[in-house]
Amino acid sequence: MKYALKRAAAGLATVLIVSFLTFAAFALISGDTATALLGTSATPERLAALRAELGLDRPLPVRYGEWLLGFFTGDLGVSTSYKQPVWEILGPKLRLTLCLSLMSFALITAVSIPLGLLSAGRQRFEGARTALNQLGMAVPPFFTGILLSWVFGVGLKWFTPGQFPDAGKDFAGAAVYLLFAAVALSIPRIAMTARMLRSTVQEELGKDYVRTAISRGNDRGQVLRRHVLKNALPPVVTFLAQTMAEIVAGSIVVEQVFVIPGLGRMLVTSIAGRDYPVVQAIVVILAFWVVLAGTAADLINQRIDPRLRTGGAA
Amino acid sequence: MSELVLSLDHVYSGYSDGPLGRRQRQEVLHDVTFDVRHGEILGLVGESGTGKSTLARTILGMVKPDRGTVTHYTKRPQMIFQDPYSSLNPFYSVEWTLEEPLRVYGKYDKAERKRRVREMLERVELPAECLTAKPSELSGGQRQRVSIAAALIRRPRFLIADEPVSALDVTIQAQILDLLRSLRRELDLSYLFISHDLNVVYQLCDRVLVMKSGRIVEQGTVDEIFDRPKEEYTKQLLAAAE
Repeated sequence: MKYALKRAAAGLATVLIVSFLTFAAFALISGDTATALLGTSATPERLAALRAELGLDRPLPVRYGEWLLGFFTGDLGVSTSYKQPVWEILGPKLRLTLCLSLMSFALITAVSIPLGLLSAGRQRFEGARTALNQLGMAVPPFFTGILLSWVFGVGLKWFTPGQFPDAGKDFAGAAVYLLFAAVALSIPRIAMTARMLRSTVQEELGKDYVRTAISRGNDRGQVLRRHVLKNALPPVVTFLAQTMAEIVAGSIVVEQVFVIPGLGRMLVTSIAGRDYPVVQAIVVILAFWVVLAGTAADLINQRIDPRLRTGGAA
Repeated sequence: MSELVLSLDHVYSGYSDGPLGRRQRQEVLHDVTFDVRHGEILGLVGESGTGKSTLARTILGMVKPDRGTVTHYTKRPQMIFQDPYSSLNPFYSVEWTLEEPLRVYGKYDKAERKRRVREMLERVELPAECLTAKPSELSGGQRQRVSIAAALIRRPRFLIADEPVSALDVTIQAQILDLLRSLRRELDLSYLFISHDLNVVYQLCDRVLVMKSGRIVEQGTVDEIFDRPKEEYTKQLLAAAE
């Protein structure tokens, strides 16, 4: 329990550091909110007036302090380009990205674990399997995404690329649309996870306790399920948690390819429009997500592997 | 002639190995013939790499013989392995490990399984507190007692012990050898005792097989082999152990 608290504190610190770095980075890159908003109608006077209105004329630490205060009181600020509270804009987008990420995570787990287990200890078609695995890892999601849009969208017309259906009206359509994006996002990670599980299982299969288990009358399935899997799983769980974090990063790209109005697309447009309250909020959400996934992995590993428990009796 | 528990008749055996699925048969055992008699401790000696463990695996059926026959006159033999540190699954408690052979067999209900586990724990002289322990919390000697208990829990009549004491220090060795001796008496067991340590074989065994490069080069009673060896190889082994 103490350990969990420590982890939470460290996680919070990480999120804070990331938020400050984003703030600072935003001050360093060229172009500012006022220029982006006014565009060609900008004159020095109007720019100065707008900057004063948005509070951009004050020094960086003051602005960060204000933002931080707002953050802890639940106020993420107002978008400079939409003039709406950041939460209102991001709510629906966050839900969409969350759906996409959870879908691909479910896909990765459901496909890679059986695949890794089945392929462990089987030597046939080794060459072909390795090649397929390499291919799966090497092909980037944006390419798979374009390919899927072309085959299933343009060719088979299972969905209309570029037109994400309103989930409220056409739930099934939206689900199918997201599923294809999730597939594109998952393939490299499925290949990596399956390969990793396969090698940890093979390593465990070579150990003496497996020989003992076979000599005690366990069949192959029992050896895998009862003996090998529990010892082979912890590194894979850690890897899956990292995957959870990486999926969110990957979703930024896939949302662009599939034109899904999620967090990723919002991030890209907001950076272009110098909408720092929105960017700041998205970055903090992403950082929070990554920290959460890492902490979850540690806690789960401790549960399944008592040897990793610190402090108490093993 | 006394009753037999096992006989091997002109057995040739080996294992398959090779990179990327190109399997090659590596023949390890050549024309191995011997019997294990009821109630005896039969020693199997030889340098490492002569095929002692392959012989054990062949007897257990984990490796199929290429030629020859392996005949069991009792139910499935059980095995005790060399390294008590790695041969127990680190994930499970002693109780789980001891119960497992009974669970796999599926004939006993939970109460009966627990009863047998407790009884066997007593027989190998471990305290009841050990039941909830993980292998990492036990000493080498205690772990080997757990391995012995797990091997005996289904009441086999014949036990194969593959270097069961060579990973232990000398005082613990003596205790485990005593335990094996008394278990033989109490449970009416026969052993095939594999070892490269001639002193241990001399203390424990009734008869001895001498193995070299996958062949049995000499067999006889402990006195015959140790006092009047016929083969040059046996003499060399004995000289090396002096």
